[in-house]
Amino acid sequence: MHSYKRTLPGTQPNRRHDAYRSTLLRNPRQPLIQIPQTLSELTGPLCGDNPIGESDNDLTCHFAEEPLGQRIHLSGRVLDEDGRPVRNTLVEIWQANAAGRYNHPVDQHPAPLDPNFIGSGRAMTDDEGEYRFVTIRPGSYPWGNHYNAWRPAHIHFSLFGPSLLTRLITQMYFPGDPLFDFDPIMQSIPDEDARRRLISRFDLETTVPERALGFKWDIVLRGSGATPFEDAGK
Amino acid sequence: MSERSLIASASQTIGPFYAFALTTNTALGVMAQSGAIGERIELVVHVVDGESQSVADAMVELWQADASGKYQHPEDMQARNPDPAFSGFGRLGTNAEGEAAFTTVKPGRVAGPDGGLQAPHINVIVFARGVLLHLYTRIYFAGDPANKLDSVLAQVPEERRSTLLAYPDRKRRELWRFEIRLCGEGETVFFDW
Repeated sequence: MHSYKRTLPGTQPNRRHDAYRSTLLRNPRQPLIQIPQTLSELTGPLCGDNPIGESDNDLTCHFAEEPLGQRIHLSGRVLDEDGRPVRNTLVEIWQANAAGRYNHPVDQHPAPLDPNFIGSGRAMTDDEGEYRFVTIRPGSYPWGNHYNAWRPAHIHFSLFGPSLLTRLITQMYFPGDPLFDFDPIMQSIPDEDARRRLISRFDLETTVPERALGFKWDIVLRGSGATPFEDAGK
Repeated sequence: MSERSLIASASQTIGPFYAFALTTNTALGVMAQSGAIGERIELVVHVVDGESQSVADAMVELWQADASGKYQHPEDMQARNPDPAFSGFGRLGTNAEGEAAFTTVKPGRVAGPDGGLQAPHINVIVFARGVLLHLYTRIYFAGDPANKLDSVLAQVPEERRSTLLAYPDRKRRELWRFEIRLCGEGETVFFDW
């Protein structure tokens, strides 16, 4: 049976990150315990048979009117660490509206809710591992972590991949956001390149004339140590 | 370190505002339909922080084998079909009391790393605001004789093993409770691979 490679040091966030205050009471003080990868971890929820509605990946078309904000077409590929596409895997996203307000009762930021925007979507990756969403660019919003704290604009992503060990929840950012350096959530990742890989890029090719800006963002899930030879033997 | 051509994307917190996207489907708390094979249980997972405060904005995901020890997944090569009345995946947000209540069955034993069988267990992933990288733990069942021989439990210091046990309610034996202490005294054991 194959096994998954450990993630590279510095490329995942530090669990306890002083600057992000909520981490201090919500993460273990004792070291995690290393155990062998068993059938329990090498399997996992696939959610590939979830029925996805035709318009589930379009966050702009669920009401009579369109939501406010800059329309964007967001797409990219889900790959493993060997560069292989992760096919038929569920991608779930959620985000604030253009004013930086979430459709959630706990969000009390006094920015307007948009009656034409819920802010959640789902898609399955295709044979090339590609996903596509149509949405609007979310706004930045303040949060209570420290005085004058603002989150850079971001879209939350949730992915399953082929096993329990490929599970990923992360956030995608937009290029050139001036808030990156001040954001303890993004800065919890020690490695600068790893932070940079969470930033999407503007893409003229998928930009739709007279309609919407294109952004591209690829996601990499933990890879299994299986060599091409082992694959062939399956 | 093995070669790799790409590096896994960094994790980020689920944040406090995921519910409208991820946990609106409360059917994901009912993993065992009526007719599911095995011992039907109600499993209440309670999440608390380092000050023993209930965590009301966590998301709990469960992954388990069916009552015969079969995972609904192509990597499980056992030549039998998983129970069609059972789904091995559960997902709920915690309520105001920090609890998520699942309806499931007690899982069967699955293959272990040493060629033997593991004790019945449910795999758990916890996500929450303040949790930048999700936490993995396991639920074992207090009193199960197989626990003594489980090779994963054997790697956990003895004094911490009880943090991985669910306990049955004294009056309702089908109701099991599992507490996840994210931090501090009695901290739950979390795993890494």
